[in-house]
Amino acid sequence: MDSVRYMNRIRDYYLSQGYEKPYNWAHFEDVPFANLEKPLSESTVTLFSTSDVSIRRKDGDALPAAETTVGEVYSVPWNTPTEELYSRQESFDRYATSLDDIDSYLPLNRLREFVQAGRIGGVTRSFHNINRGYSQKLMMEASAPAALAKCREEGADVAILTPV
Amino acid sequence: MSLVARHLEENGIPTVIIGAARDIVEHCGVSRFVFVDFPLGSPCGEPFDSDMQSRIVGAALDLLEGAEAPRSTVSMPLVWSKGETWKDTVFTVEQPFLSQEQVKNWEARKQRYRDQKLQS
Repeated sequence: MDSVRYMNRIRDYYLSQGYEKPYNWAHFEDVPFANLEKPLSESTVTLFSTSDVSIRRKDGDALPAAETTVGEVYSVPWNTPTEELYSRQESFDRYATSLDDIDSYLPLNRLREFVQAGRIGGVTRSFHNINRGYSQKLMMEASAPAALAKCREEGADVAILTPV
Repeated sequence: MSLVARHLEENGIPTVIIGAARDIVEHCGVSRFVFVDFPLGSPCGEPFDSDMQSRIVGAALDLLEGAEAPRSTVSMPLVWSKGETWKDTVFTVEQPFLSQEQVKNWEARKQRYRDQKLQS
């Protein structure tokens, strides 16, 4: 079966829900391309997602503002035990799947295994979350430079991005 | 996410996106993309199938090394194990994408963002 044409599907869906102005998806003719500087087996890999993963807190403990502010990029230590993490993301196909297994959208353990196998040199100290927003301007002017700064701070050579 | 990937590439950091919304990612235009034809929420494989997840992440690593030009897409030859009816029902009136409570949360987040902008 062909893949879902989300741009059409989402436009029709939100028109049916009473939202009048269709979303204008980002589009570019030119696409930047960076080459690997060294073999992956010597490279440090970082990971960005939009899964809004947080560390479980005690009831009543507020989430840090950085984790709830649109456009922000926040970091979580990669070595946090997986069972202490959970996703706050609500925008996914809740009828077809779940966010119960973190590696199905944020492959922390799978990438660790690739480090152990020598396929990649290492992973960064943290993984990162991009608090997705609908403003492309905000994404380009705030989130993208913040993501680049995270890469530089933690010595990432390459980045894997997993949009949920 | 594609906009972030593009910015990293412009600044010398190679990227690969693992995602399920092929049309959106390719419309934007990115360097490397592993397309996984699964429901939104499971781009890196079915929950609790670590072998499949390793295959997908491994394909992303292969693409990081192997791609020679932008707009390199690899399509994973995988089919969602519970069938593909989700493709007919996602984002339909019969199956609201967000619950009413989730829509309220979403509207509240948008409002907070507007307030933030006004303050800055």
